[in-house]
Amino acid sequence: MSVTQQALPVGPRGLTAVAIRRRTGGRGLYGAEHLWAVAFALPYAIIFLAFVLYPIGYGLWMGSDPALYRQLYNDPRYLTVVVNTLVYVGIGVNVKMALAFMLSGFFMRKGWWVKGVLVIFILPWATPALPAYMSIHWFLNGQWGMLNNVLYLLTGIDGPVYLNSHWMGLTANIGAYIWKNLPFWTVILLAGRMSIPQELYEAAAVDGASGLYRLTHVTMPLMANLYVVCVLLDTVFALGDFNATTFVSGGGPAMSTEVLATLGIRYAYTLSLPRLGVAEVMTALPVLIPLIFILMRKLRMSEGQL
Amino acid sequence: MSVARTRRLAPWRYRMNRRLVEAACMALGFVLVIWSLAPIYNMVVIALSEHGDIFSGTVWPENPTLNSFYVVATEGFWYLERFWLQFGNSFIVGLSTMFLTLLIGTLASFTVGRMRLRNGWMLTNAALMTYVIPASFLAIPFYRIMQIYGLTNHLFSVIAAITTFATPYAIFIFSQYGKSIPMELDESARIDGANPLQIYLFIYLPLMAPALVAVGTYALLLAWNEYLYNFLMLSTPDSMTVAVALAQFLNSDESPWNYMMATAIVYALPPMVIYYMFRQNMAAGLTMGGVKG
Repeated sequence: MSVTQQALPVGPRGLTAVAIRRRTGGRGLYGAEHLWAVAFALPYAIIFLAFVLYPIGYGLWMGSDPALYRQLYNDPRYLTVVVNTLVYVGIGVNVKMALAFMLSGFFMRKGWWVKGVLVIFILPWATPALPAYMSIHWFLNGQWGMLNNVLYLLTGIDGPVYLNSHWMGLTANIGAYIWKNLPFWTVILLAGRMSIPQELYEAAAVDGASGLYRLTHVTMPLMANLYVVCVLLDTVFALGDFNATTFVSGGGPAMSTEVLATLGIRYAYTLSLPRLGVAEVMTALPVLIPLIFILMRKLRMSEGQL
Repeated sequence: MSVARTRRLAPWRYRMNRRLVEAACMALGFVLVIWSLAPIYNMVVIALSEHGDIFSGTVWPENPTLNSFYVVATEGFWYLERFWLQFGNSFIVGLSTMFLTLLIGTLASFTVGRMRLRNGWMLTNAALMTYVIPASFLAIPFYRIMQIYGLTNHLFSVIAAITTFATPYAIFIFSQYGKSIPMELDESARIDGANPLQIYLFIYLPLMAPALVAVGTYALLLAWNEYLYNFLMLSTPDSMTVAVALAQFLNSDESPWNYMMATAIVYALPPMVIYYMFRQNMAAGLTMGGVKG
């Protein structure tokens, strides 16, 4: 059980936090030791101040004019983008995590071919985002794309022009995002499953629990915290995802599949309205700040030392 | 109740059930393989096609040719004029990011975790906060800051950006892993008269080797695969990395897709090789931290 607690945010928390506070509270650092400690902390402190805090402050200043938000509100594209982002994040994250949870169960199976499938299954994650998304863009091309070619060969049907419609374009972006990141989260949840001690399952089996009961009464409660952390983290990642939308649908047709992360850049660099771009990104703050708070709490608990 | 029912199943039905489950799993495995490979197969097919063949709608090119790769290797297309220089740039960015991330990350987690710096929690909280802020949301002000620092169009701007976003994960993993190294080692070294720098160099770093490999691989791949910051900061052909050069193909509608896909494959190969080489170490890193992005 101790392995589980240390490696993954599973199991009773709080306890560790208290123990650690007591341990660290005792001794302070003096003289040369303290100077060394400060010197060691300096590089990260500088990085944080120069490249995180300063940009954040600068961004807040850039987006501080209320007129920008009026301008945003009056831009019909903005509303579409908010809806797109909600769909993208809501579906992209939850479908992916549900699939990842189920597939992690599949990959727990024994046998050489399951291992082989896992090696291939991880390929999308090992592939850099750009080539992968460019390939998917071409794969979905209505006239010459591989998908419609295969569809035609197998069924004789001419497939639709996927990237020419708002909803199909958005679906393609979400699908590409899932394709790229599903292996990563599956591996994380697989690691979580593997750290559940086998004895628990044996004990449950002795008590007469069937497969379904073992899933709902052993696996799920022990994985719940990890799963929630993963969902929250991936929500933040999906919210900030720039590449899938840029390279699969290109934001088109007519900027109808843009999301918050891409429209901000579009405002700033295509339309030369950097302030509007910053303001647009900042409208995500009401969602982002609570998320960041919850995540920091959760990650800190799982970490103990922090 | 259900256990009792399972026991009552006749052996042949039990065997048939097992076979059905096995068959379903095989089918799922097959679907997963197709799903994972389709876009990659597509990439290879286009790279192997003649320019005219791409539009003929075949599933395998009629006369597969390595010509596109030859064009990439000899920089024989005007988007690719500086390809090998850009390839070098990508390596410089990747390796510098890796080195800086490891250095800054180990120093920070050493001072917080091992030396127990007063108010060290502020450092780790700062790292945690950076970890959960989407990098793309900071891109516009970050670009402005780099203009102020006078670093745009310089590789260092990208190195700084990616180091900034890779170090929090490094600190996260190092603090986790560092807990498995007994404090008594540091204490006995201190009694023998070692100063903190010596403890860091000769005790902490060697024992952290597995975590260093995991995080180093992570930082290298993150830097190699990053696009947005590269695209914003680097605009001349000589300063670009491969990611930016590759995306340039999308600027015109007339782009030869076979050259583009050949470039994409050449660009994708190093991280794939590195990834599969260090897969076990990375997996260990994942379990250490619980989660990673």
